[in-house]
Amino acid sequence: MGTTPPVTYRRLVKEVLNRGDYAIIGELIEPGSKVLDLGCSEGELLEWLMDNKNVRASGVELNRERVQQAIARGVSVYQGDIDQGLIDYPPKTFDYVILSQTLQQTLKPLKVLKEMLRVGKQIIVAFPNFGHWSVRLSHLLSGRAPKTGLFPYDWYDSPNIHFLTVDDFEDLCREQKWGVERRFFLSGNRRVTVMPNLTAEIAVYMIRESEKNL
Amino acid sequence: MIVSTQSVRFDSIQLESGVVITPVDVAYQTYGELNANRSNAILALHAFTGDAHAAGISEESGKPGWWDNMVGPHKAFDTNKYFVICANVLGGCRGTTGPSSIDPQTGKPFAMSFPMITIGDMVRLQHKLVTHLGISRLLAVAGGSMGGMQVLEWAVRYPDMVAAAFPIATTGRHSAQQIAFNEVGRQAIMADPDWNGGNYYGQNPPRRGLSVARMVGHITYMSDDSMREKFGRRFKSREGIAFAFDDEFEVESYLRYRGSQFVDRFDANSYLYITKAMDVFDLSQGFPTLGAALEQAKARFLVISFTSDWLYPSYQSLEIVSALRSRGKDVAYCELSSNYGHDAFLVEVGEQTELIRGFLGRVQKEAA
Repeated sequence: MGTTPPVTYRRLVKEVLNRGDYAIIGELIEPGSKVLDLGCSEGELLEWLMDNKNVRASGVELNRERVQQAIARGVSVYQGDIDQGLIDYPPKTFDYVILSQTLQQTLKPLKVLKEMLRVGKQIIVAFPNFGHWSVRLSHLLSGRAPKTGLFPYDWYDSPNIHFLTVDDFEDLCREQKWGVERRFFLSGNRRVTVMPNLTAEIAVYMIRESEKNL
Repeated sequence: MIVSTQSVRFDSIQLESGVVITPVDVAYQTYGELNANRSNAILALHAFTGDAHAAGISEESGKPGWWDNMVGPHKAFDTNKYFVICANVLGGCRGTTGPSSIDPQTGKPFAMSFPMITIGDMVRLQHKLVTHLGISRLLAVAGGSMGGMQVLEWAVRYPDMVAAAFPIATTGRHSAQQIAFNEVGRQAIMADPDWNGGNYYGQNPPRRGLSVARMVGHITYMSDDSMREKFGRRFKSREGIAFAFDDEFEVESYLRYRGSQFVDRFDANSYLYITKAMDVFDLSQGFPTLGAALEQAKARFLVISFTSDWLYPSYQSLEIVSALRSRGKDVAYCELSSNYGHDAFLVEVGEQTELIRGFLGRVQKEAA
């Protein structure tokens, strides 16, 4: 490990498994590295990384059926809760720990992020941006909990229990003195750079503990 | 698929206790073909009362093997792709040397003069067999219950020989409850006058004691749910309460039947020796912690437990998983949903097949 891999600055992201954030994660991860994916669902991303990046992949997933699907793909997935699932791992076990569009569903997001930074040399976090203009507009015009393409759920059956924006996440990184290595913003499969807090649907951050914490 | 049991004799085996058994026979069966570079071999490890007959129809008995639903063409362990080996354990009574074998020094059965054996000793003997078959690396070792203990032992003792390990419904060491049930079984056998200090060969074996031991065992293999579903409080006959100690409930009748069937195929002294081997097994023995023991392992692990298994509860599998994770080892874990109790590992075929087939395919691809 050591040097950060070059990432091509294409305007349009060629999706991996129909996901723009997966494409970015796929580009960020160095071949042959050790990767942990939290909330890995059926292990699609990990399988892709095994096939295309020759990584040593591990995953954590709570849902039994999804765990079974993932293991049947040959991915080493552990059935358990990510809010407490990393306790066993020694520090810096993994080159990368991924949390893809799950942060907003965890009970204690800050605790999860800290645990990720403990067991991973770098972490990659992708989350839906609650600051996107369509969310703001929906809330403003309807006067109700916003429902958009990105947040399609009714308030009572949404898996999302924390709502954060790009600016919220930037604030947290600053407060915690985390080193943001890379940040990417997506609208559909198009990369956006201007006013991401307003224009990005999905944000992808690659972070490591700050130099003085290392 | 008609299969027959083969046998190989080794000059001797040195046990963990230091005692040497000379010579030692191993009964085994194989299924499928070993490929040219000998890289597709899988060792299936039987549970307590199992034997070498894991799959196919036995030439000798006409019966299917104990893991026939998992081992065979297009099954979880696909014998069109893999070469599967299964051997009767050391101390057993189904062709491998055990207490009922003839001691060459005396010309009589060993009986209680047979040395104490361990799970590690069983694995040492399997290692001799695997080496004898010209295999230097196993694609996988797999087994449930006591077979799972041997899987763990293999992964720790011969780390360079195991690519994938499948410990199913098992533990790194017995709990007090597990030891307690085994002790009830042993005491039932020893309390039978026909046991006669172990010297019953050529006479009446301790049928009653062994039968009671098996009845207790069967209770621990089921669950409250599965027993309620299978027997409930149903009576064997329609007349209802008999006001006698006949086997009036179906569950009584079932246990008696299972007990009496068992004595025809299993040796009481083997029961004593093998249960003791299970009870003293402790994967962490010789290491400061379970994690330190599993530090040795290099295999990819797939650990499976079952929700209703109260004999080998999921927390025991989780101890193994947790220890593996603490050493950064490659481990997949799934607790499958089942009502069948400990029996689930032999009964719940569909989901296990899906998990094992996929995982194994990946390991083979990586090894190629």
